[in-house]
Amino acid sequence: MTPTALRSKDLLGTEELSAAEIGLILDTAESMRPIGERQIKKVPALRGRMVVNLFFESSTRTRFSFETAEKWLSADALSFAAKGSSVEKGESLLDTARNLQAMAPDLIVIRHSCPGVPHFLARNLRAGVVNAGDGAHEHPTQALLDALTIRRKFGRLQGLRVAIAGDITHSRVARSNIWLLTRMGASVVVCAPPTLLPPRIEEMGVEATTDFDEALEGADVVMMLRMQLERQGTSLFPSTREYFKRYGLTATRLARARPEAVVMHPGPMNRGVEIASDVADSDRSLILEQVSNGVAVRMAVLYLLLTGHAWEGEAA
Amino acid sequence: MAHEIAERSRDLPDLTFIGIRTRGVPLATRLAATLGDLVKKPFPVGTLDITLYRDDLSLVAPQPLLKKTEIDFDLNGRAVVLCDDVLYTGRTVRAALDGLIDLGRPRAVRLAVLIDRGHREIPIEANYVGKSVPTAQREVIKVMFQETDGADEVWILERPA
Repeated sequence: MTPTALRSKDLLGTEELSAAEIGLILDTAESMRPIGERQIKKVPALRGRMVVNLFFESSTRTRFSFETAEKWLSADALSFAAKGSSVEKGESLLDTARNLQAMAPDLIVIRHSCPGVPHFLARNLRAGVVNAGDGAHEHPTQALLDALTIRRKFGRLQGLRVAIAGDITHSRVARSNIWLLTRMGASVVVCAPPTLLPPRIEEMGVEATTDFDEALEGADVVMMLRMQLERQGTSLFPSTREYFKRYGLTATRLARARPEAVVMHPGPMNRGVEIASDVADSDRSLILEQVSNGVAVRMAVLYLLLTGHAWEGEAA
Repeated sequence: MAHEIAERSRDLPDLTFIGIRTRGVPLATRLAATLGDLVKKPFPVGTLDITLYRDDLSLVAPQPLLKKTEIDFDLNGRAVVLCDDVLYTGRTVRAALDGLIDLGRPRAVRLAVLIDRGHREIPIEANYVGKSVPTAQREVIKVMFQETDGADEVWILERPA
């Protein structure tokens, strides 16, 4: 039976989501998509609900995407950047959160460089919490929008072969995608230089290789990741030029994947580092479609978490 | 009902039919088809999902499943016959009107329902009614269509206690 509600008040990661819940979010997002194509891009579903966007780490795409989703659903949105807030004056995270709670928001969207911060807030607050990226741990809405983009292209996730290449160690996008895609029956191969490939990653149910050409063999989807220079302490590869030579996605390399294979990137991309410009701009690239699907997925998540009372344990 | 619509619509060529999910859709489809046969001209049919416009979204459990609104024609300047299976409190129609108006500005909107069971909570009435059925509030009207339920039937049931 298809569920009509999520089990939790929070969306902290894809690791906790069941296949049925993922299906529900994607189906709901599919119904949300046309709202963005209308002249009046607003529906009253979350009228009078307050959502606080707490971004302790820089973000353009994700924050704009959440804010757009909140506005299109008529929620009242407050955005808060760590710079210029009380955090700089030494307030602890729990105190910040308690003060916010006193303003009675219905949902908090949080990004933080520390893994587990959204989980900590979720345990301590009555409001729902959506993880918009916690360190190198999870970024569930990104994986969900990637899944929506793939499903719209191929009509399914089951049985597809997805290659994820780049800085796997520091990528929350990779982790969230691995959990989601394997749960939905896709096969995943991850590829990175040895210094950026976490040991024992196979235990997550994926294949791992340091040979990019091998990873591309037979792939339906090629997902490129950004080199996360801000999370890398020491130099983990010789130069961006050498990296591009061995791990950059070029048209020649892409020819090793299946003929109908598509290219994705969560952004922001570094052209000429992990991906060649002509590939990023080619008709095989779904990069801009990912961005527009992002709003639909976030609308679906907000809607599912903020309406209905299933998670309060009330029977029908 | 189709004949009644034909007789009373001076703007017949401009008519479009929009069904409210779920069981307004087969009614809209059938009215459009019958009327189409009558005047030898097809009428556009659309589907409206009112979930995001409900006034009880934070109250209902379980959560209503959101489906797609599918109206692939321009509403501006057209006359819309909004279709639903049962008219009861009027709240569904209120939500549907808000939803329609966000999609365009129809020249006129009229309401066609198969069953009017009374008990209005807001001032909304239908232009075309298949049958008025006086009911008690503890009763439930169940409309079934071949397309959605495998049979064309209307049941009056006691609400389970």
